[in-house]
Amino acid sequence: MLMSLFRRVIPDFWGHQDSDEGPFKHLFDFGRIWRLAVGLSVAMALAPVVSMALFDFKVTHNAMEGEVMERTSRLVSNTRRTVAFFLSERKAALDFVVHEHSYEELLDPRLLTGLLAGIQKAFSGFTDIGVIDHQGNQQSYVGPYELKGVNYSDQEWFKEVALQRVYISDVFLGFRQVPHLVIAIKHDLPGGAYYVFRATLDTALFNDLLSELEVSGQSDAFLINRQGIIQTPTRYAGRVLEKMSLPVPGYFEGSRVIEDVDLGGESLVIGYAYITHTPFILMIVKHKAEQMKAWYRTRTKLIGFLGASIVAILVVILGVATHLVNKIHLADENRLMTLHQVEYTNKMASIGRLAAGVAHEINNPLAIINEKAGLMQDMFTYGDKYAKDEKLMGLVDSILTSVERCGAITKRLLSFARHVGVSIGPVHIKEVIDEVTGLLGKEANYRGITVNVDVSPRIPAFESDRGKLQQIFLNLVNNAFAAMSDGGRLDIKGMLQPPDAIRIQVTDDGCGIPSADLKRIFEPFFSTKKKKGGTGLGLSITYGLVQELGGKIDVRSEVGKGTTFVVTLPRQLNQKKKEDT
Amino acid sequence: MKVLLVDDEDELVSALAERLSYRGIDATWVNNCLDAQALAELNDYDLAVLDVKMPKMSGLELKRRLQEKRPAMKFIFVTGHGSEDDFKEASAEEGTYYLVKPINIEVLVARMKEVLAK
Repeated sequence: MLMSLFRRVIPDFWGHQDSDEGPFKHLFDFGRIWRLAVGLSVAMALAPVVSMALFDFKVTHNAMEGEVMERTSRLVSNTRRTVAFFLSERKAALDFVVHEHSYEELLDPRLLTGLLAGIQKAFSGFTDIGVIDHQGNQQSYVGPYELKGVNYSDQEWFKEVALQRVYISDVFLGFRQVPHLVIAIKHDLPGGAYYVFRATLDTALFNDLLSELEVSGQSDAFLINRQGIIQTPTRYAGRVLEKMSLPVPGYFEGSRVIEDVDLGGESLVIGYAYITHTPFILMIVKHKAEQMKAWYRTRTKLIGFLGASIVAILVVILGVATHLVNKIHLADENRLMTLHQVEYTNKMASIGRLAAGVAHEINNPLAIINEKAGLMQDMFTYGDKYAKDEKLMGLVDSILTSVERCGAITKRLLSFARHVGVSIGPVHIKEVIDEVTGLLGKEANYRGITVNVDVSPRIPAFESDRGKLQQIFLNLVNNAFAAMSDGGRLDIKGMLQPPDAIRIQVTDDGCGIPSADLKRIFEPFFSTKKKKGGTGLGLSITYGLVQELGGKIDVRSEVGKGTTFVVTLPRQLNQKKKEDT
Repeated sequence: MKVLLVDDEDELVSALAERLSYRGIDATWVNNCLDAQALAELNDYDLAVLDVKMPKMSGLELKRRLQEKRPAMKFIFVTGHGSEDDFKEASAEEGTYYLVKPINIEVLVARMKEVLAK
């Protein structure tokens, strides 16, 4: 079952091996042709498809990636402006207060309360305001905490503001233990002294501002300071006021997008911008995989399409190449078969001519011997001189008997030779079979093989090719002899097969044919005798000849019991066959 | 009955003539066609036994020439090639006998009588 499927799928030429016998060889190495055809076609067909696919893959990928970068970059740049604007707006408000009011006025708690209410109304986010003298003492304060009199002189921000005039702090907990940031403005007083006007901003506002930006699910917008400490809540980078899990990106003026991987090894697209005049860096972190989802869908489609194309191309190429090479193989097989048949026919014709030449040359002296011996016999019979000599009479008789035997041989040879390659005529099947058994009679005698010919006398002469019939039965009888052991028995039966056919059975009691070989025995080059010089053509030629005569040949065999070949011939050759021959 | 035997093999045709004479048949033999034609002018033969294949002229050709002179003459052919059947096919004339060498003398005599009886 599996083997038969295998044999159906594997083309004929696959296991092809040239016969060692005979002068004719296949012209081609079919396996090589097939490999070459498949290899070249596959290379030629797949190269453009694969390179186009790769090209498209790259272009689309780059475009998608570019778009993600571009989008991120725009978002960073807009957000940076928003954050910067938010801070500078509040800084400007404080500047305005400092310029509009004198130090003394600002020390007045009532005025300060009014100012805080005004600022809070105009700008959200302010928690408290206060005035600190140049020694760091809180001179006045309005807000929810009790901070009046607190000394800031050794705090970092106070030292900074003394140097820089305007100072925006990192987010810190401070005395109040709540995340906030400070905007402080230094204002010089006449006589070299100065004071600091300080306001506290609630970072909640900031947080809202940034969380609004977290547009698509996986992105994360937050602020860090220049040391990488997280200033506003973030989804993935860490907790507020702790060190960010990502490295702090290098300084760059304006916004910039880079790629990095997070701790889990996932690709990230990081957009960042240093916000000028503040300690903040705006970070927008996106998971690349999320952003590239659309691309992955396209990529799956692209790869699927490419795979399907490759499979289709391979199937077509394999199919076509196999089909074509098989055709070449068949054609070459036919060519070889024809060559062999021509060779065989030529050989038969040569043997025929030789036999005819020999027979003819021998026939003349034989005829003379016949007449001379006949004359001697006549002299004994009709004359008186040797009439009583029984011994001489016996000798002459024996000469004449021998001549008769020789005559039979030469007649048979001439008859055989004459029919090689000769065409249609009325044929008595009995004569043909007698000729064949006559030619092979000696071998049968030597080997003690009994040959029984039983051809029905009711078979009339029929239209056929005597030479071809001779070859057919010569081959069959020869084959039978080869399969038989000495002392075997060969039966040749001929009978009419209604309505209009003649059936001849050649049955031997030889070794038989295994059923596995039985289907193949008519195939050209199939031989079990290759080592002994068989060409594997005998039966295939026989098959061809029977076909030419419009008949058919069947075989039955049992290993160890013998084989029967049945040749069925039409009594009337059809017109086409006649013309062909 | 007067019979003319023509065959290029002297040895064969001479012995054949002698054997026929043992059987009471007056047989004359020649080994070439010219002599055969010359003899036929001089004598009236009832029957000629001709070899089919002879140098210079075939048996069939010789038959035609002899028939011109002696229209009543009958013929039997002898051949070293093939079988009787083939010559039956080759010749359109029915009732012409072909014998294949080596010949059985009794068969030849029987055929001669048959031909002359017609």
